[in-house]
Amino acid sequence: MAAVVVRGCGGVWRRTWQRGARGPGPAPRGQHAVACNARGGAVPAGKSGPAPWVPVVGLEIHAQISSNSKLFSGSQVQFAAPPNSLVSFFDASLPGTLPVLNRRCVEAAVMTGLALNCSINKKSLFDRKHYFYADLPAGYQITQQRVPIAVNGSLSYSLCIDNKMNQMVTKTVRIKQIQLEQDSGKSLHDDTRSQTLIDLNRAGVGLMEVVMEPDMCCGEEAAAAVRELQLILQTLGSSQAVMAEGQLRVDANVSVHHPGEPYGVRTEVKNINSIRFLAKAVDYEIQRQIEELENGGTILNETRAFDSKLGCTVPMRDKEGKQDYRFMPEPNLPPLILYDAKSLPANMNHQQVVNIDWIHERLPDLPSVKRAKLVEQYGILPEHSFTLLSWLVFLCNYATHCTSPVHAGIGFLLEKNEDGLAEFFENVVKQTQMKPKKVIGWIINDLLSHLKQHSLTVKESPVSSFLLADLLNLLVKKDISSTAAKQVLAELWKGEGKTPLEIVKKKKLGLIQDQKELEQICQAVIDRQENEVMAIKSGNQKVLNKLIGLVQRETQGRSNAVVVRQILEKKLSE
Amino acid sequence: MRALRLWRGLRARPVPPVRALRSAVPPRPGPQQQVTAEVLGQLEHLALVDFRDAEGVERLQKAIRFADQLREVNTDGVEPMDSVLEDRCLYLREDDVTEGNCTRELLKNAREKVEEYFVAPPGNIPLPKLEDQETFLQGS
Repeated sequence: MAAVVVRGCGGVWRRTWQRGARGPGPAPRGQHAVACNARGGAVPAGKSGPAPWVPVVGLEIHAQISSNSKLFSGSQVQFAAPPNSLVSFFDASLPGTLPVLNRRCVEAAVMTGLALNCSINKKSLFDRKHYFYADLPAGYQITQQRVPIAVNGSLSYSLCIDNKMNQMVTKTVRIKQIQLEQDSGKSLHDDTRSQTLIDLNRAGVGLMEVVMEPDMCCGEEAAAAVRELQLILQTLGSSQAVMAEGQLRVDANVSVHHPGEPYGVRTEVKNINSIRFLAKAVDYEIQRQIEELENGGTILNETRAFDSKLGCTVPMRDKEGKQDYRFMPEPNLPPLILYDAKSLPANMNHQQVVNIDWIHERLPDLPSVKRAKLVEQYGILPEHSFTLLSWLVFLCNYATHCTSPVHAGIGFLLEKNEDGLAEFFENVVKQTQMKPKKVIGWIINDLLSHLKQHSLTVKESPVSSFLLADLLNLLVKKDISSTAAKQVLAELWKGEGKTPLEIVKKKKLGLIQDQKELEQICQAVIDRQENEVMAIKSGNQKVLNKLIGLVQRETQGRSNAVVVRQILEKKLSE
Repeated sequence: MRALRLWRGLRARPVPPVRALRSAVPPRPGPQQQVTAEVLGQLEHLALVDFRDAEGVERLQKAIRFADQLREVNTDGVEPMDSVLEDRCLYLREDDVTEGNCTRELLKNAREKVEEYFVAPPGNIPLPKLEDQETFLQGS
């Protein structure tokens, strides 16, 4: 399906937040089919004349609460476990069982509500949402439909306007509510035997549903908002929010309309497994709806699934009329009462009390605050602070939950060294042409692991930011391969005062620049590997990688893989 | 026999005879809405019940009329009660792992199982559409 080519937004003012004084003006958005202006309306030019379309995107996000046990039962919460081993009688919905609320889940929801500037409802209620599905043994889900635990908040996030990350815009999306609810089990569809296998390990796990108002207008905004929410949740520790493990699930509600007219019919897009796919799915759906309407069709109020392989949305369920969930109050749970410093009763068991003010005092610095600190205290450029902070949050989070001792060690080191690291990072970035994103990778993966091995702090590092920047410059200029760079770093670590260039020359680690030499080696490999050559010539392109690997081995890592591929392809096509 | 006498003696008063379900207030002949076939179809789909015949539908109509009596009560300005537990404290449990690991016991209930998974029919099989259903509704 060919994407409609957008002819740009024509003179749209953008409020930019930046250091230097730069004039306003549209920046080309390149690959994106839809561009958004700062006021939140998108105006892609359509085929049939200048009637603009305003896409509207709202999100429903389910974040799995990071807790030891489930929301209403004492079964363990764990990602991969033998099927149906983390299931209690209540989770299996056996008669005679009752829900018992987990305090940690309430605290997690309150923390999240406070971090998102919500009003916390001191009295919230639980309801039952009825529908039939094999992974919902009770036939209903306990949720908070009438009075959720938190309402009316906001989330601020930033977008880069151009691809170089030089201009950033801050946007806000309103949070309608946050509610506590149960997760359902997992169903594995076995189409060959016409059956579904049910695993209830996930059934009953606590979820926070964050409902965002439809204040966004394109895939990029949605992705940025979710990314920021993910960072906030990880910083708070209320959820690990790893989309790949199903701890963060996003459903997008998309519609389009002409400015001034009422909102169009919306579709719900599900089955989005990563933030990148979220942006793609939303943009595709906006495009699909615009094309459909411009061709005189109508949009059905339906649920569509995103097919990541094809990059499109397909209709999912056959909804016969609107789904009626027959909400009713949960009869087994009294209202949830939360207290603050003023309303705290004098002689109540403190284990039975959730004190909003107490939680508020103990909230950690949110990502936006941390970024501002990085900028103020360490002179990090605003656009770099995003990269650095994402990595810091990821690692701290990863370290507390992963089992690899090496990585856990790095995370711990990170916590102790955050200050020194930020400075080091900024110094390297200032002295190298390498992109900050890649610099971070080198610092985290290589420098830190060396530091850990020798039990040093960043300030005691024998490799200064200057030396590392020097080394990374060689890499950027493609004078050495990254494998060689690692060897140079190991050598630099000895602290013998040599420069990276000197080490490269002495150990002959530089990439072979002589084209003839490379061609000779490639030819030799081709001559030796008859079987592989035949396979490639008969169409199996993947075997080419093996040949490239063999050339790399011959040259002891001193060949540029891209160049080698080009030479081999040329030779094999002769 | 002795146990039965003991039991009878323990009771405060004799058990009243079973009474037919009759409302305290006779049903008002107010605006009667017949339940349409469409609504019936929807109800059957949502609750997975089968009203089956005219008698079943009539029973439903009676139940609706019976419940409608609630409208007689003036509830202006009265806070609705959600639960008889509304003045109780919601007990909060500590976040400890205390249950689980009873796979074999749980699977004992399952008619079919595959390697510790419960087996269910594929997906959600949609109910036959109203036109295909062979209920009496078609005739009405």
